[in-house]
Amino acid sequence: MTEQQEPKKAPKPKVPRQKMPEQSAVERAHNFYEVALGYSNDLALMEASRCLHCKKPYCMKGCPVEVDIPDFIEMVKQGDFISAAWKVKEKNSLPRIAGRVCPQESQCESTCVLNKKGKGEPCAIGRLERFVADWAAQHAPNQMPELPKPTGLKVAVVGSGPAGLTLAGGLIKKGIAVTVLEALHELGGVLVYGIPEFRLPKAIVRAEIDELRRMGVEFKTNWVVGRVETVDDLIDRYDGVFIGTGAGAPLFLRIPGENLNGVYSANEYLTRSNLMRAYMFPEADTPIAKGRRVVVFGGGNVAMDSARTALRLGAEEVTIVYRRTMAELPARAEEVHHAEEEGIKFKLLTAPLEILGNETGWIVGIRCQQMELGEPDDSGRRRPVPVEGKIFDIECDTAIVAIGNAANPLVPSTTKDLETNKWGNIVADLETGKTSRDRIWAGGDIVTGAATVILAMGAGRKAANSMMQTFGVS
Amino acid sequence: MFEILEKERIGPGVNRAVISAPEIARAHRPGQFVILRCYDQGERIPLTIADKDPEKGTITLVWQEVGVTTFHFGTMEVGESLQDVCGPLGKPTHIENFGTVVGVGGGIGVAPLHPITKGMMAAGNHVISIIGARTEGLLIMTEDMRKVSHELLISTDDGSFGIHGFVTQVLKDLIDKGTKVDLVVAIGPVPMMKAVANLTRGYNLPTVVSVNPIMVDGTGMCGACRVEVGGKTMFGCVDGPEFDGHQVDFDLLTKRLAMYKGPELIALNRFRETERGCKCSIPGGGA
Repeated sequence: MTEQQEPKKAPKPKVPRQKMPEQSAVERAHNFYEVALGYSNDLALMEASRCLHCKKPYCMKGCPVEVDIPDFIEMVKQGDFISAAWKVKEKNSLPRIAGRVCPQESQCESTCVLNKKGKGEPCAIGRLERFVADWAAQHAPNQMPELPKPTGLKVAVVGSGPAGLTLAGGLIKKGIAVTVLEALHELGGVLVYGIPEFRLPKAIVRAEIDELRRMGVEFKTNWVVGRVETVDDLIDRYDGVFIGTGAGAPLFLRIPGENLNGVYSANEYLTRSNLMRAYMFPEADTPIAKGRRVVVFGGGNVAMDSARTALRLGAEEVTIVYRRTMAELPARAEEVHHAEEEGIKFKLLTAPLEILGNETGWIVGIRCQQMELGEPDDSGRRRPVPVEGKIFDIECDTAIVAIGNAANPLVPSTTKDLETNKWGNIVADLETGKTSRDRIWAGGDIVTGAATVILAMGAGRKAANSMMQTFGVS
Repeated sequence: MFEILEKERIGPGVNRAVISAPEIARAHRPGQFVILRCYDQGERIPLTIADKDPEKGTITLVWQEVGVTTFHFGTMEVGESLQDVCGPLGKPTHIENFGTVVGVGGGIGVAPLHPITKGMMAAGNHVISIIGARTEGLLIMTEDMRKVSHELLISTDDGSFGIHGFVTQVLKDLIDKGTKVDLVVAIGPVPMMKAVANLTRGYNLPTVVSVNPIMVDGTGMCGACRVEVGGKTMFGCVDGPEFDGHQVDFDLLTKRLAMYKGPELIALNRFRETERGCKCSIPGGGA
């Protein structure tokens, strides 16, 4: 890859990278409205003008679903926002979602030539994607691509998260009938139960799903595969089955006091607030502990989402407790930045030892161990080691455990001869999604372990391609 | 979908409804439950399936009005539909021919016990059922239970019907009389299940209980339903709802069930001010 030539004369961009307008930190810390407000037409035109339209677009190599980035940005330059949106949608069925939650800084934008020039000012591809997709939804909400004649083939999709939805979008455009089965009462998987309203408004998820429905995708909710029927039942009735059930089994710290009242998994906390709309309680019936002092364990995006949700629910103080330093935080830089702006505190090099409770079974604090960075571990990161004798307590009334998820065993354990690895993830070819079973594909977090929305979308896209190849549909 | 086909009040604050849910009726095994929502802003609550008719495509639910959702459900009439019914969930009861199985049901716990004793009977067990309540008016499903038991013993705490005393005393007398018991299945209020487990521990008698922790998704995704069993954290929804009664930390279960007491009251009071809510009976009609 290194011998590939960059464009000979890259003209220096005169226009700086355009910032996206957002709600002020003070204002947004107390509401659930979306933080980032999106580009105006003018900002989008300005930003698009920065794209060099490289002959060998490195940006596309950074995109898990291979969106034709230079082409869609060219259409933005010409002011043809609708065509730009459809150019994106050729490869990405959920652009309004991807434009909001993709970690572009480590994907398309990291490989953008403008970034490679050492300026760290890549073209804002993600913001432009969001802009064109929002524009199309607003100005041509009912526009549809031309659909081919039905092939007579039909596929069942287990789970309506980003992997399954992407696969559904890919197949329906090729005349393959798709039925998506969802265990919860609302469609979207992690997009509706996990990612908060202020990062991804649920109305947008619903609109993207409605578009798939208009194209003919069938959806069934309250349908728990593994209980209502098994994958083996499905494979008798469908030509293929895709398993995209996500990594939905929360990990806990395995320390004393973890089952005290007021201690949540991030999954539960976010599900209550997002899916069940506990932030509207009592207008919605589902309650949530509205903590005054909230502690969040973990340093990923889910930890940031939990902390920022707690703040919006009215917490006076929210502290992220993480065993390493800021440099090792796995969360997106933008999320960490937003959290800091809003006043989230970071207690670094701190590991929890015990959760302290009172006689009624409620959390009153946490006992912590001070850490320091030692030798690098297998992941290459310096391993945090305890500083002997340095133990301290933090007072709190709510704690959220956001240290990751394991594979939910329900589907793998009820499917005959479906190979899983030692962590319970389904073994599937990462390029095709093919599993150990004929006509059964899998992708997303159930295969890779907890990752990102766009990687799940990428897996859905690859599995769709593999299915079409298997079925002889081009 | 999920239309209420029949509904009747079977005790103070206790209702029974037959719901159209063909897929659930077909797939259901004894011991499993559903999660339901009454309306679009409703919470998800678990209810154990009391009976089913796969031919007609129906399930029977029995519930006591204690919180906003159970009261809301109580105001719904035949012809109305539940917003969502998800299931069957949880591991089915382990049913085989154990020999003699004693089913102990307290209060509303008789409802989930019913399909289990039915299954145990069909598997060739000799089934003795002990059902009890605080007082005669709170006894439910006695005739249903008679049909799925070889022997049925009934007790009330106040002696208003049947044997005067707790179900645990009836069970103790049964064992002390020399009845050979191979398995006890106890379902009811937490103090009752705890008392049964404490009793049978002394006799080294295998005892299964069915727990009813607070749940959200019911598929193992959130962990709201954590229970400690033998010192290990388990999820009530996917590892249960049935566990070894001698290993369950009932005190923790009681504390966790009380987690939302304050908010629950706020939600209930608010509901009672709505047009639908003012129809419902007085809260706290039974324990």
